Amino acid sequence: MVVSSLKLQDLIEEIRGAKTQAQEREVIQKECAHIRASFRDGDPLHRHRQLAKLLYVHMLGYPAHFGQMECLKLIASPRFTDKRVGYLGAMLLLDERQDAHLLITNSIKNDLSQGIQAVQGLALCTLSTVGSAEMCRDLATEVEKLLLQPGSYVRKKAVLTAVHMIRKVPELSNIFLPPCAQLLHERHHGILLGTITLITELCERSPAALKHFRKVVPQLVQILQTLVTTGYSVEHSISGVSDPFLQVQILRLLRILGRNHEESSEIMNDLLAQVATNTDTSRNAGNAVLFETVLTIMDIRSAAGLRVLAVNILGRFLLNNDKNIRYVALTSLLRMVQSDHSAVQRHRPTVVECLREPDASLSRRALELSLALVNSSNVRAMTQELQSFLESCLPDLRADCASGILLAAERFAPTKRWHIDTILRVLTTQPLVQVAAWCIGEYGDLLLEGGCEETEPLQVEEEKVLALLEKVLQSHMSLPATRGYALTALMKLSTRLRGDNNLSLPCHILELKGRLPSHSHATLWPSRIRQVVSIYGSCLDVELQQRAVEYNTLFRKYDHMRAAILEKMPLVERGGTQDEEAKESKEAQLSEAALVPTEPQASKLLDLLDLLDGTFGATQPPPALEPSPGGTLVHLLDLPCASPAPASIPNLRVFEREGLQLNLSFVRPPGTPALLLITVTAVNTSGADVTHFVCQAAVPKSFHLQLQAPSGDTVPAQGGLPVTQLLRILNPNKAPLRLKLRLTYNHFGQSVQEIFEVNNLPVEMWQ
Amino acid sequence: MIRFILIQNRAGKTRLAKWYMQFDDDEKQKLIEEVHAVVTVQDAKHTNFVKFRNFKIIYRRYAGLYFCICVDVNDNNLAYLEAIHNFVEVLNEYFHNVCELDLVFNFYKVYTVVDEMFLAGEIRETSPTKVLKQLLMLQSLE
Repeated sequence: MVVSSLKLQDLIEEIRGAKTQAQEREVIQKECAHIRASFRDGDPLHRHRQLAKLLYVHMLGYPAHFGQMECLKLIASPRFTDKRVGYLGAMLLLDERQDAHLLITNSIKNDLSQGIQAVQGLALCTLSTVGSAEMCRDLATEVEKLLLQPGSYVRKKAVLTAVHMIRKVPELSNIFLPPCAQLLHERHHGILLGTITLITELCERSPAALKHFRKVVPQLVQILQTLVTTGYSVEHSISGVSDPFLQVQILRLLRILGRNHEESSEIMNDLLAQVATNTDTSRNAGNAVLFETVLTIMDIRSAAGLRVLAVNILGRFLLNNDKNIRYVALTSLLRMVQSDHSAVQRHRPTVVECLREPDASLSRRALELSLALVNSSNVRAMTQELQSFLESCLPDLRADCASGILLAAERFAPTKRWHIDTILRVLTTQPLVQVAAWCIGEYGDLLLEGGCEETEPLQVEEEKVLALLEKVLQSHMSLPATRGYALTALMKLSTRLRGDNNLSLPCHILELKGRLPSHSHATLWPSRIRQVVSIYGSCLDVELQQRAVEYNTLFRKYDHMRAAILEKMPLVERGGTQDEEAKESKEAQLSEAALVPTEPQASKLLDLLDLLDGTFGATQPPPALEPSPGGTLVHLLDLPCASPAPASIPNLRVFEREGLQLNLSFVRPPGTPALLLITVTAVNTSGADVTHFVCQAAVPKSFHLQLQAPSGDTVPAQGGLPVTQLLRILNPNKAPLRLKLRLTYNHFGQSVQEIFEVNNLPVEMWQ
Repeated sequence: MIRFILIQNRAGKTRLAKWYMQFDDDEKQKLIEEVHAVVTVQDAKHTNFVKFRNFKIIYRRYAGLYFCICVDVNDNNLAYLEAIHNFVEVLNEYFHNVCELDLVFNFYKVYTVVDEMFLAGEIRETSPTKVLKQLLMLQSLE
């Protein structure tokens, strides 16, 4: 006995009457049980009603997969009501991943060939929604037949179904290409719309189709013209614009056809101008058409005047009250700003106005566009606008705005002073303090000299600088990062301040600091700094503690290296070539400590090279590296040093003066024939130490020289531990080696500089 | 092309969901929730366009219902806004001053309207009069 089932309306009312989620679920579960029973019994009369109820339940989010087979049965039934619900169920429940999917292929085939128009429509609809690739292949011919049938209702659907099929199975384009030409002659808008979409899809997928359809450009132009001028069909007019959707589609197709193609673009020019000027812009429909026109003008090879017209239309959009229109205008202007910069510049004031939009997406686009419009003539005004925007904008835009302002300022700054002022205004407190601390640390000596290009020089006392940094360090408001910056800055200042930079005073004198006369304070800057730094050795913040301990060690054990480690950074080269970057990275690899060539070092190298004759040149990388004094540091850093294999080339003594001897030993590793390793050994047999020993080398251009860090810069007297340094020379051309060496050192209280070329280099070195 | 069409009320209940792209059931549910979250947050001072995953949603609010169309990024926003309005006008004519309850009780008819106006992810018929004629013809067959 079949329990009398609820009608659909009743079920819906009952579900809506449920007060809680649990109650609703109860009702639905009860009903689903009924439906399942009914499906099992196979009642043909009420099947469609059961399925409809099931579909409603499915729409609410409940599982309904047991209805899939019922869909098939309903589709196969001859009654229209059944078919309708069945196809709807198929569209909702059956997608490509279900197994029952393919079973409807046969039913669809039958319906397509024999059914009445409405049924054919249903079948096509379902096919275009859930049709899988196999189904499309099977049914392609059926659909093609329907394309050319007389009834327009079915043809409309058939054309769009063809679009879906092509998307799924691109090879089917061959079948659907020929009918297009005929379909274009249709007067029926629906068919025309579908055809244009079909042609668009075909052209997007294959360049051959694109070429084929370029022929129809005049025809398209004709259709569009008729639409615009004569008001083709009253029933298609929307807010006074005749069939805007068709216009938009035609414009889109014209865009694709005219892209990069002079001839087609030329044909379209007049039409585009006509559409642009004649369209009524009071309602959204007209604006939609106008927008599409602008997009098309931008993409094809249009005349310059037309492009200016397009930009002006966009400018007018910007003034529109409707924010949607302003949005599309800003987006398009952003795309055009690179190619038509001057035209877009004319609308700069309006763009700047848009910065004040409440909607975030609008103000973001206005920001990007404003940044793109900054140039050297308007940079001051624009930065001012952007800065006021920075203060009032949303947090997520702030980062982009700030970086944009800084980039623009860097590119177009009229004066350095203005540039720096702008930077200062953009930075908020903590970053500003961090940047200031870094600058003071790095360039403290320049600060204390007091020179300044554009304003009155300001005298700053060392005392004030140190007190300031200490204040930053102690302040509760400083972030940990800021305090880190301040600490490092203090360390750097310890080498930059005037006075004796060597911490050669024993520790207990620090306690006498307060009682010493003020003029000798100058010698105690490093001690004071060291005292401050050591306080932080027990700081709770791990980062600061680590820094303090390391810096303290620097003071204590490696004081002779302190100056070298805290050297200034080299200036950033603007527009440096790739070679130079490669050089710098090689240097970084060679020495893992923060040792960098300083400016005086670089100038010394140039002197060396100047004295050499023409065959010598600066090879890559530059041979001089800041020597790292302190043998222990080498072990700490574990520099990669190729250990020389047993020498097969005899050693060479190349230099001797007052007891200081320089020997060269050579190794050619068997694996790399072009590589030559030279170890320079400096031995001191005199009675006095040789200090600040630096050895530099230069080779002809075709060679590749790398100088590794020496083991030390002091050659102790009486034949103490010699200083060694490794030179790696690559000789890919197997050219004869020439080597020039330059030595600088202090000996017997005098500074000595020696430059000489090494002669008598054995032939085995390069062959 | 259109990826999906969604009609939701403010509470998040789906009144119509038409998919032109393959999704799993749970993916569909997640998408519905995401769209609801994104669209209900917007108010009058926002535009009708929202970026959504790697597509965009063009939506319009009519009384308590949000009509959302999800399209590709390079489609014409304003044209689809017109399409939504066109669709709503047709619904209005067909149901004689449509309200949300009409859409609930006659959900299968709403699907028919959608299928008359949109197909395969594209706009199919744009003339309201023609669509209504076809709908009445279909209705007579039942």
